[in-house]
Amino acid sequence: MIGIEHYIVVSSILFVLGVLGIFLNRKNVIVILMAIELILLSVNINFVAFSAFLNDLVGQVFAMLVLTVAAGEAAIGLAILVIYYRSRGTIAVDDANRMKG
Amino acid sequence: MELTSSLGLIAPEILLSVAGLFLLLVAAWAGDRASSAISIAACVVLGAAFFLVAPSVCAGAAGLETVAFGGQFRADAFAGFAKLMIYAAAGAALVVAPAFFTRYAAMRAEYPVLVLFGTLGMSIMVSATDLLTLYIGLEMQSLAAYVLAAFLRPDQRSAEAGLKYFVLGALASGILLFGASLLYGFTGTTQFELMRVAMAGPISTGTLFGIVFVLAGLAFKISAVPFHMWTPDVYEGAPTPVTQFFATAPKVAAIALTARVALDAFGTHADAWRQVVIFAALASIVVGALGAIGQTNIKRLLAYSSINNVGFILIGLAAATPQGASAMLVYLVIYVAMSVGSFVAVLMLRDEDGAPVERLADLAGLSRTKPALAFCLAAMMFSLAGIPPLFGFWGKFVVFQAAVQADLVALAAIGIAASVIGAFYYIKVVKVMYFDEAVNVVRDRSDWAHWALLIISTALMSPLGYLLTGPLSVLADRAAASLFFLV
Repeated sequence: MIGIEHYIVVSSILFVLGVLGIFLNRKNVIVILMAIELILLSVNINFVAFSAFLNDLVGQVFAMLVLTVAAGEAAIGLAILVIYYRSRGTIAVDDANRMKG
Repeated sequence: MELTSSLGLIAPEILLSVAGLFLLLVAAWAGDRASSAISIAACVVLGAAFFLVAPSVCAGAAGLETVAFGGQFRADAFAGFAKLMIYAAAGAALVVAPAFFTRYAAMRAEYPVLVLFGTLGMSIMVSATDLLTLYIGLEMQSLAAYVLAAFLRPDQRSAEAGLKYFVLGALASGILLFGASLLYGFTGTTQFELMRVAMAGPISTGTLFGIVFVLAGLAFKISAVPFHMWTPDVYEGAPTPVTQFFATAPKVAAIALTARVALDAFGTHADAWRQVVIFAALASIVVGALGAIGQTNIKRLLAYSSINNVGFILIGLAAATPQGASAMLVYLVIYVAMSVGSFVAVLMLRDEDGAPVERLADLAGLSRTKPALAFCLAAMMFSLAGIPPLFGFWGKFVVFQAAVQADLVALAAIGIAASVIGAFYYIKVVKVMYFDEAVNVVRDRSDWAHWALLIISTALMSPLGYLLTGPLSVLADRAAASLFFLV
Protein backbone atom coordinates (compact mmCIF):
# COMPACT_ATOMS: atom_id res chain seq x y z
CA MET A 1 0.00 0.00 0.00
CA ILE A 2 1.42 3.36 -1.01
CA GLY A 3 0.89 5.89 1.77
CA ILE A 4 1.33 9.63 2.01
CA GLU A 5 4.89 9.24 3.29
CA HIS A 6 5.99 7.65 0.01
CA TYR A 7 4.78 10.67 -1.90
CA ILE A 8 6.61 13.00 0.48
CA VAL A 9 9.82 11.00 0.07
CA VAL A 10 9.60 11.11 -3.73
CA SER A 11 8.83 14.82 -3.81
CA SER A 12 11.63 15.56 -1.33
CA ILE A 13 14.11 13.64 -3.50
CA LEU A 14 12.98 15.57 -6.57
CA PHE A 15 13.23 18.84 -4.68
CA VAL A 16 16.77 18.11 -3.52
CA LEU A 17 17.73 17.05 -7.05
CA GLY A 18 16.40 20.35 -8.36
CA VAL A 19 18.32 22.40 -5.81
CA LEU A 20 21.51 20.43 -6.49
CA GLY A 21 20.93 20.91 -10.21
CA ILE A 22 21.05 24.67 -9.70
CA PHE A 23 24.15 24.69 -7.53
CA LEU A 24 26.28 21.89 -8.95
CA ASN A 25 25.73 22.66 -12.60
CA ARG A 26 28.59 24.76 -14.04
CA LYS A 27 27.80 24.33 -17.72
CA ASN A 28 24.55 25.62 -19.02
CA VAL A 29 21.81 27.98 -17.89
CA ILE A 30 19.15 25.91 -19.66
CA VAL A 31 19.88 23.10 -17.20
CA ILE A 32 19.13 25.56 -14.38
CA LEU A 33 15.74 26.31 -15.93
CA MET A 34 15.05 22.58 -16.02
CA ALA A 35 16.09 22.26 -12.38
CA ILE A 36 13.65 25.03 -11.44
CA GLU A 37 10.86 23.17 -13.22
CA LEU A 38 11.83 20.05 -11.29
CA ILE A 39 11.48 21.92 -8.00
CA LEU A 40 8.04 23.24 -8.93
CA LEU A 41 6.88 19.79 -10.04
CA SER A 42 8.05 18.23 -6.78
CA VAL A 43 5.92 20.82 -4.99
CA ASN A 44 2.98 19.83 -7.18
CA ILE A 45 3.36 16.18 -6.24
CA ASN A 46 3.20 17.26 -2.62
CA PHE A 47 0.11 19.37 -3.14
CA VAL A 48 -1.83 16.73 -5.05
CA ALA A 49 -0.84 13.97 -2.65
CA PHE A 50 -1.83 16.02 0.39
CA SER A 51 -5.03 17.06 -1.34
CA ALA A 52 -6.03 13.42 -1.84
CA PHE A 53 -4.88 12.49 1.63
CA LEU A 54 -6.82 15.31 3.33
CA ASN A 55 -9.84 14.99 1.04
CA ASP A 56 -9.59 18.72 0.40
CA LEU A 57 -9.67 20.45 -2.99
CA VAL A 58 -7.49 23.45 -2.14
CA GLY A 59 -4.31 21.49 -2.77
CA GLN A 60 -5.35 20.67 -6.34
CA VAL A 61 -6.31 24.28 -6.99
CA PHE A 62 -2.91 25.29 -5.72
CA ALA A 63 -1.24 22.75 -8.00
CA MET A 64 -3.03 24.15 -11.06
CA LEU A 65 -1.94 27.62 -10.04
CA VAL A 66 1.67 26.52 -9.64
CA LEU A 67 1.59 24.96 -13.11
CA THR A 68 0.33 28.20 -14.63
CA VAL A 69 2.86 30.38 -12.85
CA ALA A 70 5.64 27.92 -13.75
CA ALA A 71 4.79 28.41 -17.41
CA GLY A 72 4.99 32.19 -17.03
CA GLU A 73 8.24 31.90 -15.13
CA ALA A 74 9.80 29.69 -17.82
CA ALA A 75 8.73 32.17 -20.50
CA ILE A 76 10.34 35.09 -18.69
CA GLY A 77 13.45 33.05 -17.88
CA LEU A 78 13.96 32.12 -21.50
CA ALA A 79 13.37 35.71 -22.61
CA ILE A 80 16.05 36.95 -20.22
CA LEU A 81 18.33 34.17 -21.42
CA VAL A 82 17.89 35.32 -25.03
CA ILE A 83 18.84 38.89 -24.07
CA TYR A 84 21.84 37.56 -22.22
CA TYR A 85 22.94 35.37 -25.13
CA ARG A 86 22.63 38.26 -27.59
CA SER A 87 24.92 40.50 -25.59
CA ARG A 88 27.45 37.88 -24.47
CA GLY A 89 27.34 35.12 -27.07
CA THR A 90 27.41 32.38 -24.44
CA ILE A 91 25.10 30.84 -21.86
CA ALA A 92 27.75 29.06 -19.79
CA VAL A 93 27.22 29.55 -16.06
CA ASP A 94 30.90 30.20 -15.35
CA ASP A 95 30.96 33.12 -17.77
CA ALA A 96 28.38 35.10 -15.80
CA ASN A 97 31.10 36.99 -13.95
CA ARG A 98 30.93 40.62 -15.10
CA MET A 99 30.37 41.62 -11.49
CA LYS A 100 32.41 40.38 -8.54
CA GLY A 101 33.08 41.37 -4.98
CA MET B 1 -23.24 41.08 -0.58
CA GLU B 2 -19.97 39.49 0.41
CA LEU B 3 -18.68 39.96 -3.12
CA THR B 4 -19.59 43.65 -3.15
CA SER B 5 -17.78 44.37 0.09
CA SER B 6 -14.81 42.29 -1.05
CA LEU B 7 -14.58 44.22 -4.29
CA GLY B 8 -14.71 47.45 -2.32
CA LEU B 9 -11.80 46.31 -0.17
CA ILE B 10 -9.60 45.50 -3.14
CA ALA B 11 -10.37 48.80 -4.92
CA PRO B 12 -6.69 49.90 -5.03
CA GLU B 13 -5.66 46.59 -6.59
CA ILE B 14 -8.47 46.74 -9.13
CA LEU B 15 -7.41 50.26 -10.04
CA LEU B 16 -3.78 49.19 -10.47
CA SER B 17 -4.58 46.13 -12.57
CA VAL B 18 -7.09 47.84 -14.87
CA ALA B 19 -4.82 50.85 -15.32
CA GLY B 20 -1.82 48.58 -15.93
CA LEU B 21 -3.65 46.61 -18.63
CA PHE B 22 -4.96 49.78 -20.24
CA LEU B 23 -1.51 51.39 -20.28
CA LEU B 24 -0.08 48.18 -21.71
CA LEU B 25 -2.50 48.51 -24.62
CA VAL B 26 -1.52 52.15 -25.07
CA ALA B 27 2.14 51.12 -25.00
CA ALA B 28 1.51 48.46 -27.65
CA TRP B 29 -0.36 50.89 -29.84
CA ALA B 30 1.59 54.10 -29.54
CA GLY B 31 5.05 52.59 -29.01
CA ASP B 32 7.95 54.24 -27.24
CA ARG B 33 6.86 57.73 -28.28
CA ALA B 34 4.20 57.55 -25.59
CA SER B 35 6.60 56.49 -22.84
CA SER B 36 6.61 59.85 -21.05
CA ALA B 37 2.82 60.14 -21.21
CA ILE B 38 2.49 56.59 -19.86
CA SER B 39 4.93 57.39 -17.06
CA ILE B 40 2.86 60.38 -16.04
CA ALA B 41 -0.34 58.35 -16.22
CA ALA B 42 1.22 55.60 -14.09
CA CYS B 43 2.26 58.20 -11.50
CA VAL B 44 -1.30 59.53 -11.42
CA VAL B 45 -2.66 55.99 -10.97
CA LEU B 46 -0.25 55.36 -8.10
CA GLY B 47 -1.32 58.66 -6.53
CA ALA B 48 -4.98 57.69 -6.84
CA ALA B 49 -4.29 54.28 -5.28
CA PHE B 50 -2.40 56.08 -2.49
CA PHE B 51 -5.48 58.15 -1.66
CA LEU B 52 -7.75 55.09 -1.87
CA VAL B 53 -5.63 53.35 0.77
CA ALA B 54 -4.97 56.33 3.04
CA PRO B 55 -8.36 56.32 4.88
CA SER B 56 -7.93 52.72 6.09
CA VAL B 57 -4.54 53.63 7.57
CA CYS B 58 -5.80 56.76 9.30
CA ALA B 59 -8.84 54.95 10.69
CA GLY B 60 -6.69 52.03 11.86
CA ALA B 61 -8.91 49.54 10.01
CA ALA B 62 -8.89 46.17 11.74
CA GLY B 63 -11.16 43.24 12.44
CA LEU B 64 -13.60 41.25 10.38
CA GLU B 65 -14.79 44.06 8.10
CA THR B 66 -11.33 44.18 6.52
CA VAL B 67 -11.47 40.54 5.42
CA ALA B 68 -12.22 39.97 1.74
CA PHE B 69 -13.03 36.82 -0.29
CA GLY B 70 -13.61 34.53 2.65
CA GLY B 71 -10.25 35.07 4.32
CA GLN B 72 -8.01 35.19 1.25
CA PHE B 73 -7.18 38.84 1.58
CA ARG B 74 -7.17 41.45 4.33
CA ALA B 75 -7.18 45.19 3.73
CA ASP B 76 -6.33 46.25 7.28
CA ALA B 77 -4.28 49.18 8.54
CA PHE B 78 -1.08 47.13 8.51
CA ALA B 79 -1.45 46.32 4.82
CA GLY B 80 -2.50 49.92 4.15
CA PHE B 81 0.57 51.30 5.89
CA ALA B 82 2.85 49.12 3.79
CA LYS B 83 0.91 49.97 0.62
CA LEU B 84 1.37 53.70 1.17
CA MET B 85 5.14 53.18 1.33
CA ILE B 86 5.10 50.90 -1.73
CA TYR B 87 3.09 53.33 -3.86
CA ALA B 88 5.29 56.26 -2.86
CA ALA B 89 8.50 54.32 -3.58
CA ALA B 90 7.16 53.08 -6.94
CA GLY B 91 6.22 56.65 -7.86
CA ALA B 92 9.76 57.79 -7.05
CA ALA B 93 11.17 55.03 -9.27
CA LEU B 94 8.98 56.26 -12.15
CA VAL B 95 9.99 59.89 -11.73
CA VAL B 96 13.74 59.29 -11.99
CA ALA B 97 13.60 56.76 -14.84
CA PRO B 98 13.21 58.88 -18.04
CA ALA B 99 16.36 60.93 -17.49
CA PHE B 100 18.42 57.78 -16.97
CA PHE B 101 17.08 55.66 -19.81
CA THR B 102 16.92 58.44 -22.40
CA ARG B 103 20.72 58.58 -22.46
CA TYR B 104 20.82 54.98 -23.73
CA ALA B 105 17.80 55.54 -25.99
CA ALA B 106 16.23 52.79 -23.91
CA MET B 107 13.24 54.57 -22.35
CA ARG B 108 10.59 52.14 -23.39
CA ALA B 109 6.88 52.40 -22.80
CA GLU B 110 6.86 49.07 -20.97
CA TYR B 111 8.86 50.38 -18.01
CA PRO B 112 5.99 52.19 -16.22
CA VAL B 113 3.66 49.30 -17.03
CA LEU B 114 6.04 46.78 -15.47
CA VAL B 115 6.43 48.99 -12.41
CA LEU B 116 2.63 49.15 -12.10
CA PHE B 117 2.27 45.35 -12.32
CA GLY B 118 5.09 44.86 -9.85
CA THR B 119 3.36 47.28 -7.50
CA LEU B 120 0.11 45.38 -7.90
CA GLY B 121 1.90 42.18 -6.91
CA MET B 122 3.37 43.86 -3.84
CA SER B 123 -0.03 45.23 -2.94
CA ILE B 124 -1.45 41.71 -3.01
CA MET B 125 1.52 40.39 -1.01
CA VAL B 126 1.05 42.72 1.93
CA SER B 127 -2.68 41.95 2.11
CA ALA B 128 -2.33 38.20 1.67
CA THR B 129 -3.80 36.05 4.43
CA ASP B 130 -3.70 32.78 2.53
CA LEU B 131 -0.80 30.86 1.01
CA LEU B 132 -2.50 31.07 -2.39
CA THR B 133 -2.78 34.84 -2.34
CA LEU B 134 0.74 35.06 -0.97
CA TYR B 135 2.11 33.04 -3.87
CA ILE B 136 0.22 34.98 -6.53
CA GLY B 137 1.37 38.33 -5.16
CA LEU B 138 4.95 37.20 -4.72
CA GLU B 139 5.19 35.82 -8.25
CA MET B 140 3.55 38.84 -9.81
CA GLN B 141 6.08 41.08 -8.09
CA SER B 142 9.03 38.82 -8.90
CA LEU B 143 8.21 38.28 -12.58
CA ALA B 144 7.95 42.03 -13.15
CA ALA B 145 11.18 42.54 -11.20
CA TYR B 146 13.17 39.99 -13.25
CA VAL B 147 12.28 41.81 -16.44
CA LEU B 148 13.06 45.21 -14.92
CA ALA B 149 16.52 44.05 -13.82
CA ALA B 150 17.37 43.09 -17.41
CA PHE B 151 15.74 46.21 -18.81
CA LEU B 152 18.84 48.05 -20.04
CA ARG B 153 19.54 45.77 -22.98
CA PRO B 154 22.68 47.47 -24.35
CA ASP B 155 24.41 46.93 -20.99
CA GLN B 156 25.88 43.46 -20.47
CA ARG B 157 25.77 43.86 -16.71
CA SER B 158 22.02 44.45 -16.82
CA ALA B 159 21.37 41.18 -18.66
CA GLU B 160 23.60 39.35 -16.21
CA ALA B 161 21.79 40.94 -13.27
CA GLY B 162 18.46 39.86 -14.74
CA LEU B 163 19.69 36.31 -15.20
CA LYS B 164 21.10 36.02 -11.70
CA TYR B 165 18.02 37.56 -10.16
CA PHE B 166 15.78 35.22 -12.11
CA VAL B 167 17.64 32.03 -11.19
CA LEU B 168 17.97 32.82 -7.50
CA GLY B 169 14.50 34.35 -7.26
CA ALA B 170 12.92 31.29 -8.87
CA LEU B 171 14.86 29.06 -6.47
CA ALA B 172 13.54 31.15 -3.56
CA SER B 173 9.98 30.82 -4.85
CA GLY B 174 10.50 27.07 -5.13
CA ILE B 175 11.77 26.79 -1.57
CA LEU B 176 8.87 28.89 -0.32
CA LEU B 177 6.38 26.77 -2.25
CA PHE B 178 7.82 23.55 -0.90
CA GLY B 179 7.38 24.94 2.60
CA ALA B 180 3.84 26.00 1.71
CA SER B 181 3.00 22.50 0.51
CA LEU B 182 4.32 20.99 3.74
CA LEU B 183 2.32 23.48 5.81
CA TYR B 184 -0.79 22.66 3.80
CA GLY B 185 -0.26 18.95 4.32
CA PHE B 186 0.41 19.09 8.02
CA THR B 187 -2.13 21.72 9.03
CA GLY B 188 -4.79 20.86 6.43
CA THR B 189 -5.40 24.48 5.40
CA THR B 190 -3.81 27.33 3.49
CA GLN B 191 -5.48 30.17 5.40
CA PHE B 192 -3.28 31.90 7.96
CA GLU B 193 -6.07 32.16 10.53
CA LEU B 194 -6.99 28.48 10.39
CA MET B 195 -3.34 27.50 10.22
CA ARG B 196 -2.74 29.37 13.43
CA VAL B 197 -5.51 27.39 15.12
CA ALA B 198 -4.33 24.09 13.62
CA MET B 199 -0.80 24.69 14.84
CA ALA B 200 -1.74 25.25 18.48
CA GLY B 201 -0.20 22.66 20.77
CA PRO B 202 2.99 20.72 20.20
CA ILE B 203 4.53 21.33 16.81
CA SER B 204 5.05 18.44 14.36
CA THR B 205 8.30 17.94 12.44
CA GLY B 206 6.56 18.51 9.11
CA THR B 207 5.12 21.83 10.24
CA LEU B 208 8.51 22.87 11.57
CA PHE B 209 10.10 22.07 8.20
CA GLY B 210 7.34 24.04 6.51
CA ILE B 211 7.95 27.07 8.73
CA VAL B 212 11.71 26.98 8.08
CA PHE B 213 11.29 26.57 4.30
CA VAL B 214 8.76 29.39 4.06
CA LEU B 215 10.96 31.69 6.14
CA ALA B 216 14.00 30.78 4.03
CA GLY B 217 12.11 31.64 0.84
CA LEU B 218 11.02 34.96 2.31
CA ALA B 219 14.55 35.68 3.56
CA PHE B 220 15.68 35.43 -0.07
CA LYS B 221 13.16 38.08 -1.06
CA ILE B 222 14.17 40.49 1.69
CA SER B 223 17.87 39.66 1.04
CA ALA B 224 18.58 38.63 4.62
CA VAL B 225 21.80 36.70 5.30
CA PRO B 226 22.39 33.76 4.54
CA PHE B 227 20.27 34.29 1.41
CA HIS B 228 21.73 37.64 0.40
CA MET B 229 24.30 36.64 -2.23
CA TRP B 230 22.25 37.87 -5.17
CA THR B 231 21.80 41.38 -3.77
CA PRO B 232 25.16 43.09 -4.57
CA ASP B 233 25.29 41.72 -8.12
CA VAL B 234 21.70 42.57 -8.94
CA TYR B 235 21.90 46.02 -7.39
CA GLU B 236 25.10 46.79 -9.29
CA GLY B 237 23.98 45.39 -12.63
CA ALA B 238 20.39 46.62 -12.76
CA PRO B 239 19.81 50.13 -14.15
CA THR B 240 20.00 52.61 -11.25
CA PRO B 241 16.29 53.63 -11.22
CA VAL B 242 15.42 49.93 -11.07
CA THR B 243 17.92 49.42 -8.27
CA GLN B 244 16.25 52.23 -6.40
CA PHE B 245 12.92 50.48 -6.94
CA PHE B 246 14.33 47.12 -5.73
CA ALA B 247 15.84 48.66 -2.63
CA THR B 248 12.56 50.23 -1.57
CA ALA B 249 9.16 48.90 -2.70
CA PRO B 250 9.69 45.10 -2.98
CA LYS B 251 11.64 45.15 0.24
CA VAL B 252 8.76 46.81 2.11
CA ALA B 253 6.34 44.30 0.62
CA ALA B 254 8.46 41.26 1.44
CA ILE B 255 9.13 42.43 4.99
CA ALA B 256 5.46 43.18 5.62
CA LEU B 257 4.60 39.76 4.22
CA THR B 258 7.19 38.08 6.42
CA ALA B 259 5.78 39.88 9.44
CA ARG B 260 2.26 38.80 8.64
CA VAL B 261 3.23 35.19 8.04
CA ALA B 262 5.38 35.01 11.16
CA LEU B 263 3.05 36.84 13.55
CA ASP B 264 -0.27 35.70 12.13
CA ALA B 265 0.10 32.19 10.68
CA PHE B 266 2.96 31.05 12.94
CA GLY B 267 1.92 33.32 15.81
CA THR B 268 1.41 30.51 18.31
CA HIS B 269 4.93 29.22 17.76
CA ALA B 270 6.96 32.39 18.10
CA ASP B 271 9.70 30.41 19.84
CA ALA B 272 10.09 28.16 16.81
CA TRP B 273 10.72 30.93 14.26
CA ARG B 274 12.26 33.48 16.59
CA GLN B 275 15.65 31.70 16.59
CA VAL B 276 15.69 31.76 12.80
CA VAL B 277 14.80 35.46 12.68
CA ILE B 278 17.35 36.38 15.36
CA PHE B 279 20.08 34.53 13.50
CA ALA B 280 19.13 36.17 10.19
CA ALA B 281 19.01 39.61 11.86
CA LEU B 282 22.44 39.35 13.48
CA ALA B 283 24.06 37.76 10.43
CA SER B 284 22.57 40.43 8.13
CA ILE B 285 23.80 43.27 10.31
CA VAL B 286 27.33 41.85 10.56
CA VAL B 287 27.69 40.69 6.94
CA GLY B 288 26.15 43.92 5.66
CA ALA B 289 28.59 46.00 7.70
CA LEU B 290 31.72 43.96 6.94
CA GLY B 291 30.90 43.30 3.27
CA ALA B 292 30.48 46.98 2.49
CA ILE B 293 33.93 47.97 3.73
CA GLY B 294 35.91 46.80 0.69
CA GLN B 295 33.46 48.02 -1.96
CA THR B 296 34.54 50.51 -4.62
CA ASN B 297 31.21 50.76 -6.43
CA ILE B 298 28.65 52.96 -4.73
CA LYS B 299 25.68 50.84 -5.86
CA ARG B 300 27.31 47.72 -4.41
CA LEU B 301 27.98 49.63 -1.22
CA LEU B 302 24.33 50.62 -0.98
CA ALA B 303 23.37 46.98 -1.59
CA TYR B 304 25.35 45.91 1.46
CA SER B 305 23.84 48.83 3.32
CA SER B 306 20.37 47.52 2.52
CA ILE B 307 21.33 44.04 3.78
CA ASN B 308 22.53 45.72 6.96
CA ASN B 309 19.26 47.63 7.34
CA VAL B 310 17.15 44.51 6.83
CA GLY B 311 18.97 43.08 9.85
CA PHE B 312 17.81 45.99 12.01
CA ILE B 313 14.25 45.61 10.73
CA LEU B 314 14.29 41.90 11.58
CA ILE B 315 15.24 42.78 15.17
CA GLY B 316 11.83 44.45 15.41
CA LEU B 317 10.21 41.28 14.06
CA ALA B 318 12.16 39.06 16.47
CA ALA B 319 10.49 40.88 19.37
CA ALA B 320 7.16 39.34 18.18
CA THR B 321 5.19 42.03 20.02
CA PRO B 322 2.95 44.87 18.80
CA GLN B 323 5.72 47.30 19.83
CA GLY B 324 8.20 45.34 17.72
CA ALA B 325 5.91 45.38 14.67
CA SER B 326 5.28 49.09 15.10
CA ALA B 327 9.04 49.78 15.45
CA MET B 328 9.61 47.74 12.30
CA LEU B 329 7.14 49.89 10.35
CA VAL B 330 8.69 53.13 11.62
CA TYR B 331 12.12 51.86 10.61
CA LEU B 332 10.77 50.89 7.18
CA VAL B 333 9.42 54.39 6.55
CA ILE B 334 12.78 55.91 7.44
CA TYR B 335 14.65 53.27 5.45
CA VAL B 336 12.56 53.92 2.33
CA ALA B 337 13.16 57.68 2.57
CA MET B 338 16.90 57.16 3.09
CA SER B 339 17.17 54.70 0.21
CA VAL B 340 15.26 56.90 -2.20
CA GLY B 341 17.44 59.83 -1.19
CA SER B 342 20.73 58.00 -1.59
CA PHE B 343 19.83 56.42 -4.92
CA VAL B 344 18.54 59.71 -6.30
CA ALA B 345 21.86 61.27 -5.27
CA VAL B 346 23.69 58.42 -7.05
CA LEU B 347 21.54 59.01 -10.14
CA MET B 348 22.58 62.65 -10.10
CA LEU B 349 26.26 61.71 -10.30
CA ARG B 350 27.01 62.04 -14.00
CA ASP B 351 30.21 62.83 -15.83
CA GLU B 352 30.75 65.25 -18.72
CA ASP B 353 29.07 62.98 -21.28
CA GLY B 354 26.15 62.35 -18.97
CA ALA B 355 27.29 58.79 -18.25
CA PRO B 356 26.54 57.60 -14.71
CA VAL B 357 29.41 57.76 -12.22
CA GLU B 358 29.44 54.72 -9.95
CA ARG B 359 33.02 54.45 -8.69
CA LEU B 360 33.52 55.67 -5.18
CA ALA B 361 36.92 57.14 -6.10
CA ASP B 362 35.26 59.44 -8.65
CA LEU B 363 33.36 61.13 -5.83
CA ALA B 364 36.60 62.56 -4.41
CA GLY B 365 36.33 66.23 -3.59
CA LEU B 366 32.65 66.40 -4.54
CA SER B 367 32.11 68.94 -1.76
CA ARG B 368 34.16 71.55 -3.69
CA THR B 369 32.60 70.98 -7.12
CA LYS B 370 29.01 70.17 -6.14
CA PRO B 371 28.52 71.37 -2.55
CA ALA B 372 24.73 70.96 -2.43
CA LEU B 373 24.75 67.41 -3.81
CA ALA B 374 27.65 66.42 -1.57
CA PHE B 375 25.86 67.85 1.45
CA CYS B 376 22.66 65.88 0.72
CA LEU B 377 24.57 62.65 0.10
CA ALA B 378 26.56 63.18 3.29
CA ALA B 379 23.33 63.72 5.24
CA MET B 380 21.99 60.42 3.82
CA MET B 381 25.17 58.58 4.79
CA PHE B 382 25.16 59.96 8.35
CA SER B 383 21.48 59.11 8.62
CA LEU B 384 22.04 55.54 7.37
CA ALA B 385 24.81 55.22 9.94
CA GLY B 386 22.34 56.30 12.64
CA ILE B 387 24.20 59.34 13.89
CA PRO B 388 21.87 61.00 16.45
CA PRO B 389 20.77 64.42 15.19
CA LEU B 390 19.55 62.83 11.97
CA PHE B 391 16.30 60.92 11.62
CA GLY B 392 17.96 57.59 10.82
CA PHE B 393 18.84 57.37 14.49
CA TRP B 394 15.16 57.31 15.49
CA GLY B 395 14.49 54.14 13.49
CA LYS B 396 17.32 52.28 15.18
CA PHE B 397 16.26 53.66 18.55
CA VAL B 398 12.66 52.37 18.36
CA VAL B 399 13.78 48.98 17.07
CA PHE B 400 16.29 48.49 19.88
CA GLN B 401 13.76 49.75 22.41
CA ALA B 402 11.24 47.14 21.26
CA ALA B 403 13.91 44.43 21.45
CA VAL B 404 14.86 45.40 24.99
CA GLN B 405 11.20 45.47 26.06
CA ALA B 406 10.82 41.94 24.68
CA ASP B 407 13.77 40.78 26.84
CA LEU B 408 16.13 40.48 23.88
CA VAL B 409 18.83 42.60 25.53
CA ALA B 410 21.73 40.60 24.11
CA LEU B 411 20.35 40.93 20.57
CA ALA B 412 19.99 44.68 20.98
CA ALA B 413 23.52 45.00 22.40
CA ILE B 414 25.12 43.08 19.53
CA GLY B 415 23.04 45.07 17.05
CA ILE B 416 24.26 48.37 18.51
CA ALA B 417 27.88 47.17 18.45
CA ALA B 418 27.56 46.09 14.81
CA SER B 419 25.97 49.39 13.80
CA VAL B 420 29.18 51.07 15.00
CA ILE B 421 31.15 48.88 12.54
CA GLY B 422 28.63 49.85 9.88
CA ALA B 423 29.21 53.53 10.53
CA PHE B 424 32.77 53.08 9.22
CA TYR B 425 31.92 52.72 5.55
CA TYR B 426 29.19 55.34 5.54
CA ILE B 427 31.65 57.82 6.98
CA LYS B 428 34.25 56.67 4.46
CA VAL B 429 31.97 57.97 1.70
CA VAL B 430 31.73 61.31 3.48
CA LYS B 431 35.52 61.38 3.91
CA VAL B 432 36.07 60.75 0.19
CA MET B 433 33.68 63.54 -0.74
CA TYR B 434 34.94 66.11 1.74
CA PHE B 435 38.63 65.48 2.39
CA ASP B 436 40.09 63.82 -0.72
CA GLU B 437 41.81 65.62 -3.59
CA ALA B 438 39.13 66.76 -6.05
CA VAL B 439 39.05 64.70 -9.27
CA ASN B 440 36.26 66.76 -10.78
CA VAL B 441 34.57 63.91 -12.63
CA VAL B 442 31.00 64.68 -11.69
CA ARG B 443 29.23 67.27 -13.81
CA ASP B 444 25.72 67.44 -12.51
CA ARG B 445 22.99 68.29 -14.99
CA SER B 446 19.97 67.01 -13.15
CA ASP B 447 16.45 68.23 -13.66
CA TRP B 448 14.16 69.63 -11.00
CA ALA B 449 12.47 66.26 -10.32
CA HIS B 450 15.71 64.76 -9.02
CA TRP B 451 16.42 67.81 -6.92
CA ALA B 452 12.88 67.81 -5.53
CA LEU B 453 13.11 64.14 -4.49
CA LEU B 454 16.57 64.66 -3.03
CA ILE B 455 15.55 67.76 -1.08
CA ILE B 456 12.39 66.12 0.27
CA SER B 457 14.27 63.08 1.49
CA THR B 458 17.10 65.17 2.93
CA ALA B 459 14.56 67.32 4.78
CA LEU B 460 12.92 64.16 6.15
CA MET B 461 16.26 62.84 7.34
CA SER B 462 17.32 66.16 8.86
CA PRO B 463 16.40 66.87 12.51
CA LEU B 464 13.16 68.31 11.08
CA GLY B 465 12.07 64.71 10.63
CA TYR B 466 11.58 64.41 14.37
CA LEU B 467 8.46 66.54 14.00
CA LEU B 468 6.94 63.47 12.36
CA THR B 469 7.66 61.05 15.18
CA GLY B 470 4.28 61.69 16.85
CA PRO B 471 1.93 61.00 13.91
CA LEU B 472 4.24 58.32 12.55
CA SER B 473 4.22 56.30 15.75
CA VAL B 474 0.44 56.70 16.16
CA LEU B 475 -0.16 55.34 12.65
CA ALA B 476 2.43 52.57 13.06
CA ASP B 477 0.92 51.54 16.41
CA ARG B 478 -2.55 51.31 14.87
CA ALA B 479 -1.18 49.32 11.93
CA ALA B 480 0.65 46.93 14.26
CA ALA B 481 -2.46 46.57 16.41
CA SER B 482 -4.50 45.52 13.38
CA LEU B 483 -1.96 42.75 12.78
CA PHE B 484 -2.52 41.44 16.30
CA PHE B 485 -6.31 41.69 16.38
CA LEU B 486 -6.62 37.92 16.51
CA VAL B 487 -4.72 37.60 19.75
